[in-house]
Amino acid sequence: MNDSDDIVKEFLVESYENLDRLDRDLITLEKNPNDREVLGSIFRTIHTIKGTSGFLAFDKLGAVAHVGESLLGRLRDGELVLNPGITTALLATVDAVRQMLASIEATGIEGERDDSALITRLTRLQQPVEVPAEAPIEARVEASAAAQSKSEAAAVPESAPEPAASPSTIGDILMRCAGATPAEILRAAETQKEGDPRHIGEILVEQGAVRPADVVEALRVQQAARGQSAIDSTIRLDVALLDQLMNLVGELVLARNQILQCANRTEESGLLATSQKLNLITTELQEGVMKTRMQPIGNIWNKLPRTVRDLALSCGKQVRVEMEGKETELDKTLIEAIKDPLTHLVRNSVDHGIERPEVRQAAGKNPEGRLSLRAFHEGGQVNIEIADDGAGLDQERIRNKAVQKGLVSAEQASRLTDREIVNLVLLPGFSTAETVTNVSGRGVGMDVVKTHIEKIGGTVDLQSTPGQGVMVRMKIPLTLAIIPALIVTSAGERYAVPQVSLRELVRMEGGAERQGIEMIHSAPVYRLRGRLLPLVYLNRELEGNAKARDAASADANQVANQVANQAANQAVNIVVLEADGRHFGLVVDEINDTQEIVVKPLSQHLKNISVYAGATIMGDGKVALILDVLGLAQCGGVRAEVHAHFTGEAAEATAEGACGKQKLVLFTGPGEARMAVPLHLLARLENISGARVERAGKQWVTQYRGQILPLIRVSHALEERRQRPPSDDVLALPTSEMLQVLVLENGGQTSGQQCFGLVVNQILDIVESTLEPQSPSTRAGVLHSSVIAGRVTELLDVGALLRNGESERSEVGGERSEVRPERRDVSLEPLRFEPSGLEP
Amino acid sequence: MTSARQFCTFYLNRLLFGVESQKIQEVVTYRELRPVPLAPPVVSGLMNLRGQVVVVLELRRQLELPERPLDMTPVCLVVRAVGGTVCLLADEVGNVVEVEDGTFEPSPETLSPRLRSVILGVHKLEGQLMHVLDSERACEIQALSQGQASGA
Repeated sequence: MNDSDDIVKEFLVESYENLDRLDRDLITLEKNPNDREVLGSIFRTIHTIKGTSGFLAFDKLGAVAHVGESLLGRLRDGELVLNPGITTALLATVDAVRQMLASIEATGIEGERDDSALITRLTRLQQPVEVPAEAPIEARVEASAAAQSKSEAAAVPESAPEPAASPSTIGDILMRCAGATPAEILRAAETQKEGDPRHIGEILVEQGAVRPADVVEALRVQQAARGQSAIDSTIRLDVALLDQLMNLVGELVLARNQILQCANRTEESGLLATSQKLNLITTELQEGVMKTRMQPIGNIWNKLPRTVRDLALSCGKQVRVEMEGKETELDKTLIEAIKDPLTHLVRNSVDHGIERPEVRQAAGKNPEGRLSLRAFHEGGQVNIEIADDGAGLDQERIRNKAVQKGLVSAEQASRLTDREIVNLVLLPGFSTAETVTNVSGRGVGMDVVKTHIEKIGGTVDLQSTPGQGVMVRMKIPLTLAIIPALIVTSAGERYAVPQVSLRELVRMEGGAERQGIEMIHSAPVYRLRGRLLPLVYLNRELEGNAKARDAASADANQVANQVANQAANQAVNIVVLEADGRHFGLVVDEINDTQEIVVKPLSQHLKNISVYAGATIMGDGKVALILDVLGLAQCGGVRAEVHAHFTGEAAEATAEGACGKQKLVLFTGPGEARMAVPLHLLARLENISGARVERAGKQWVTQYRGQILPLIRVSHALEERRQRPPSDDVLALPTSEMLQVLVLENGGQTSGQQCFGLVVNQILDIVESTLEPQSPSTRAGVLHSSVIAGRVTELLDVGALLRNGESERSEVGGERSEVRPERRDVSLEPLRFEPSGLEP
Repeated sequence: MTSARQFCTFYLNRLLFGVESQKIQEVVTYRELRPVPLAPPVVSGLMNLRGQVVVVLELRRQLELPERPLDMTPVCLVVRAVGGTVCLLADEVGNVVEVEDGTFEPSPETLSPRLRSVILGVHKLEGQLMHVLDSERACEIQALSQGQASGA
C-alpha cells in the first residue's frame, strides 16, 4: 500500500515536470513544426504518462493520453502537419492531464470527469488531410539502419532477451507503445534464441507485429532512458532537510566563533591552524547550504510562453516572448511567491498593453508585439523587468480616474509628474481597463501585485512611455531566510524589526520630548515635521491584556501619566515604521544596531500572536523575536488614512522636482534666531556633554570617534566679527550641560580635518524647503534669509564659518587644511559634501 | 495492546510521570529561555536547540500543579509532537521503565475533564503510580489557554 503510494507520488512529481516541459515544447514546435527532436520529446512525455497511468490503473488519464499520443504519432510520422488547431488540442490535452493529476494528488482518484469531447476532438484531428502513401521499402531500410545503431549502442536486449525483464528492453517498449502483444514478443525472443542473428525489432517487423517507425521510436526511447540514467546527476530533496542543514550550519558558525575566541588566547600553533581551517570550511559550508535553496527564475518563466500564447490567441494578438537572465537564482520560497504576480503582470501586458496587429501596423510597429522578461542581480537584490512594446499607459485617463475615485485631489493630480501618475495604478482600488475582460482587469489589479511583492520585502515600479510600452520593474530580495533588521530593546529583551518597514529613527533627550509628544485624549502622538504620528509603546503592547488594557478602562489620565513619567525619566526612542501605507512611531527603550538575521518560523503555539513574525538566533546564541510591523500596528490600533501619505509625499516630491527643494536642518542660533543648514552637509546630530569639551588654544574641541573634532559655536562665530577680541567668558568651557552639535562632514577635502562640529542652541527639525533668498543677508556668516516652515530663517554660510574657524586655529598654530572654499557665494557646492554619511 | 511498553519517566511536584519513550527526542539541561510576551502563561519561552527555535512549555502549569520553587532547576524534555518539536519543563528525570498493559488503569472521574484528556491514566508500579501523559495533548496550548482564561 505504502509502496504504491510512493510510486504514485513519484509519478505525480515526474509528470508535473514533464507537463511543464510539454507546454514549452509545444510552443516551440508551433514555431518550428519540422523540429523532429522536439516532436519526439513531446511524444515520449505523453507516452510515459500513458504507460504509467495504465500501470497504476488510472484509466481516464490513460485514455486521454492515448488519443493525444496517437495524434502525436501521426505528426511524428509526417502524416499530419501541425496547425494551430492541433496545437490547441494538444495543449488542451496537457491541461486535462494536469487537472487529473491534481485530482489524483488531492483525492487519490482521477475524479468524475468526462473527457469524451476532448477525445473526439483529438480523434477527429487524426484524420489525415490526405492519405500518405507509405513506402514500405524505405521504411524497412530505416528499420534495419536503426537496428544497426541499436546493436552498437545497446547490449541489453541480447543479454536479457526476456521481454518484460527490464522496463528498458526493446520488447517492453514496443509492447507499451506500439501495441505488440507479449506473445508476439516472446515468439520473437524465442526465434532469436534459436539462433536467428537478427534483432528483436527486426524480427517483429518481419512478423508484421509492429511498424518500422515504432521500432525506431522505441529505440529512441530506450536510448533516452539509458542516457538519462547515466547523466542523471540530480536528486530530489525535501526542503525540510535543507532547512535543518541550514540550522545546523548556523550553530556550527556559532561554535566556530567560540573556538576562534579560545584559539586566539592560546599559544598552541596547531590549534590555531586548525581553527583557521575550521573557519574557512565553515564559511564555505554556509555558502554552499545557502545555495541549495536557490533556484533559477527560469523555472517559473517557462510557464509563461504558454500563458502568453493562449491569451494572445484569445485576444487576436501576436506576441513574441523574449527572456533574458533565465538562470538568475532566487530562494525557492521567493520563486513561489512571485509566481502569481508575475503571471498577472504578463497577462496585463498582453491583454491591455500590446495592441492588435492592425493597430500596431497603423502605428508603424511590427504587427507582432514583443514581451520581454529580464532578470538580473543588482546590489544584493534580484531585479525582474517585464516590458512590452505596446501603447503604454494613458496618463490622462489615469489622472482622471484617480481624481474620480478620490485617490488624489484634482489639484494634486495636476502637479504630479508623469512617473507618479503612472504609479498611481498601484494604489488599491485602481483599474484602468474600462471593459472588464475575463483575463485581467477584474478589479484585483496592480495593487494586489504590489501588496504581494511588498509582502516579501520587494518593490514595484512602473515606467510608461506613450506609444512605446510599459516596463514594470520588481526588486526582490535574494532570500527571505536572511533579512536585514534593526535590533531594539524593550523591557530588557531584544527584538528585531525588519528593515523593510523602517522609515526613520527619532531620538529625543532632555526636555525636548515634552514638547514633542502630545496627547489626543488618551492617544500619544508625535509631531514629525508637522504631521501627527501616532505612537505605539512597545513595552505597553507587550504587557498586553494583563495590565494596561485589561484594567477595564485604562482611563486617559492614567495613560497620560504613564507617558509623561516615561518621557520625563529617559530619552525617547521612536522607530518610525510603515505598515500597509500607514506610518506610526514605535517607542522602544533602546535602539541597538542593524544586523542580518536568519528568520526562523515560530511554532504553532505562538502563531496566533500577531505581533511576532518569527524568531531568530542572535550572535550569542540567544533567541530574539522578530516583530511583525503590520500586526503591531493592528494591535496598537493604528488607523490612518491609507492614501494620505502617498499623495502627500507625491505632491511634495513633485514640488521638490519643480522648484529645487532641499532638505534643511533647522536650529536656533544666538538670540533664538532660527537658522538652517542643508541636510546633505550633515554627517550626524550629536549630543555632547559639556564635560567632554576641551580647549586647544582659543578653540573648543572634543574627542569624537578617535578624532579631534573642532567645535564652532554658532553664537560665537556670528557675533565675533562685531566684538573682537572675544571676552574671556566666551572662551570659558561649558559646564556639564549637554551641547547640541551638528557634525558636518568635510568629505571633499583630501587632507586635514574631516569633520567639524557646529554647536547650536537647539536642533529643531528637518524640513524641506526652497533655498530662494527672500531677503539679503544682514550679517556676516549668513547667506540670506528665507521663510522656511512659516518662520523667517537665516541660512548659515558654512564656508564662511569654516574659514573663520580656520583662522582661529591657525592663530594657535594648530593644524590647518590647505583647501578652502574661495568664493563668498558658496552655496556650499564647492565643498562637495556627501550626504551618504547621514544616519537616520 | 499486549506487549510491554517503554516509558521515559520524570517527576513533577514529587509525582511520577511517564511519556512513551519514542516520543522523547532527547533530554537537555535547562538553559536561559527567551520569554515571549503576550503568550499564554504555560509558555515559558523559546529555546535555541542547535539552531532550531523551540517553544518551551511549563508542565507544572500545563498540569495545574503548584509553581516550581525558584531554587529548583528544571530539565527540558524535548518531545516530537505532530505540530513540531516542543520542549517540556519537568523537575527531574527518572529512569526508563518498561510496563505491561495489565498494570494500567484509566484516570478516575474525579479528575477534571481537561486533566483527564492529558493524563490518560496510571500504571501501578511497585510503591508508586506512574501517570501516563498523552504527549500530544501535553504539547498543546489551545485547549489549555482557554481553560485558564475561563478559570482566571
